[in-house]
Amino acid sequence: MNDINANNIIEVKNLVKEFKGLRAVDDITFSVKENEIFGFLGPNGAGKTTTINIICTLLSKTSGEVTLGGYNVARERNKIRNCIGMVFQDPSLDDRLTALENLYFHGLLYNIPRSALKERSEEVLKMVNLSSRKNNLVMTYSGGMKRRLEIARGLLHYPKILFLDEPTLGLDPQTRNKIWDYIIKLKKSKNITIFLTSHYMEETEICDRIAIIDEGKIIALDTPDNLKNTIGGDIITILSEENVKLKKYIKEITGSDVHDAKEGEIRFEIKDSSSFIPKFIKNSPVKILSISARKPTLNDVFLDLTGREIREENASARDNLRMRMRGRMRH
Amino acid sequence: MKKELIGVYTIWLRDIKRYFRDRPRIIASFAQPILFLFVLGTGIASSFSTFGGGSGGDFLNFMFPGIVGMTVLFTSFFSAMSIVWDREFGFLREVLVTPISRTSIVVGKLLGGSTIAMIQGAIILLFSPLLKIPITFVIFFKIIGIMFLVAMTIATLGIVLASVIKSMQAFQVITNFLLMPMFFLSGALFPLNNTVKWMNVVAKINPLSYGIDAMRFAMLNNPAFQLYPLWLDIVVLASVTVVMSILGSFLFGRQD
Ligand SMILES: Nc1ncnc2c1ncn2[C@@H]1O[C@H](COP(=O)(O)OP(=O)(O)OP(=O)(O)O)[C@@H](O)[C@H]1O
Ligand SMILES: [Mg+2]
Repeated sequence: MNDINANNIIEVKNLVKEFKGLRAVDDITFSVKENEIFGFLGPNGAGKTTTINIICTLLSKTSGEVTLGGYNVARERNKIRNCIGMVFQDPSLDDRLTALENLYFHGLLYNIPRSALKERSEEVLKMVNLSSRKNNLVMTYSGGMKRRLEIARGLLHYPKILFLDEPTLGLDPQTRNKIWDYIIKLKKSKNITIFLTSHYMEETEICDRIAIIDEGKIIALDTPDNLKNTIGGDIITILSEENVKLKKYIKEITGSDVHDAKEGEIRFEIKDSSSFIPKFIKNSPVKILSISARKPTLNDVFLDLTGREIREENASARDNLRMRMRGRMRH
Repeated sequence: MKKELIGVYTIWLRDIKRYFRDRPRIIASFAQPILFLFVLGTGIASSFSTFGGGSGGDFLNFMFPGIVGMTVLFTSFFSAMSIVWDREFGFLREVLVTPISRTSIVVGKLLGGSTIAMIQGAIILLFSPLLKIPITFVIFFKIIGIMFLVAMTIATLGIVLASVIKSMQAFQVITNFLLMPMFFLSGALFPLNNTVKWMNVVAKINPLSYGIDAMRFAMLNNPAFQLYPLWLDIVVLASVTVVMSILGSFLFGRQD
């Protein structure tokens, strides 16, 4: 395969996955460069996990070409398995074992010599700050600690690529930040490619490049900054006494489209908000009750592309429920 | 090759470690056999005098190998079935991305489940003095061997079913419509040679009845209780195990 760019560690071409008539992944093409953080961003059911599972050799594809490190996912599974680390969306630790035992079993499966295994276990545990709890049963860990241990385990065999499927799902904001700190630290200290998924828009900003995926299709792929630049400037949200009239007025003076936002607000985009707002308030034909301006986020990019918010308000409650249910189903 | 052996060992060791850490499970697993043996068994045995049969003591002796068989049956079947939910929700997902072949995973799981079943069965043997069944060293090892074979047979069946069914809901159905009938029609609780014809036929295709038969032979060696010669028991159990484990690792290795 000569047409493959030497810097691309993952190449996906026209990948399709169908589940009994449902197209979970619908003809996507992208590549991941060596040593970058690549993010898959999309709402629930977009096809993120399905794509990762195919790249990781856990799921067969319906059609398309997928290679990782030059190996074909359909034919050279073991070669691929040897060079990837995986942190699944759903917990996959053995909670009746201690952290060290979990790592020990993992190391055995990768044929790491016992002498090296001990040292490496200590190393990865230290990296995620779990050294002091290494002999406790995983059962006694908090959600965030479990996640950190899973990351440590994913790194134990020194993979070339680490997959993180929703690494912060169901965690509280503080713990989420910590997890991202580890990921950034990891990126700095090791030569490693990271492929992550999330539907927390803000969090994927640490990625070098992001693919926004919706209903099985990639609808945008670029650096976070470039994606945000596709939005025409800052986002202004206004609460007024008379939206209809105001919308018409804004359209007239700015030429940009005005949308209805949450709680009776309207929103639109403008290039230079700081000079626009004072003028606007002075000249507005309608009384303005509140106005705010902010830099665009990836969420706005998604909204712009699809007309929908990436996360419904209750999504995180649902994720939590899902985590708990999964937890209970294990024996 | 060495890598695969380590893989088998790892999967096995994990199951054993988990087992010994799960005290509630160990204790709970004795509730059922004790109930069967000392409540149901004693009750039925004492009813022999009411209905004017022979001595009830023989019945308890007859039933004892069946209860050991029951323990082995349920333990190995459930550990084998755990391969399903472990795959969806647990540790096994992680194993599936490691460079270990699917066959090694299946073999490790089979050996793990069978070892645990064997240990559980051996603990039930501790009740044998209460029933005045003498268990010598030699008999003990014979029983251990047979328990292991029976456990393997049942575990392979469990893995095949698990790979085909793949849903937790179907699990209850399997327990009620397959496992319980298999147990009742295995000759564990009553002799099968004097019952109605259809039961006799079902017993012939039920692999567990060969296992119970062999177990009874090893423990009691009473020709009146034997259905088949020992060699036939062993051949049937071994063949089912071989066929089912090949089928099981094939089915388990299939990708979705
Ligand atoms: N084994 C399966 N059988 C049938 N349908 C499936 C299966 N796995 C996934 N799907 C469907 O494929 C679609 C994509 O699912 P996937 O898990 O890849 O989404 P996701 O982007 O990871 O979502 P989330 O953010 O909720 O994790 C969904 O509609 C899902 O219902
Ligand atoms: Mg997912």
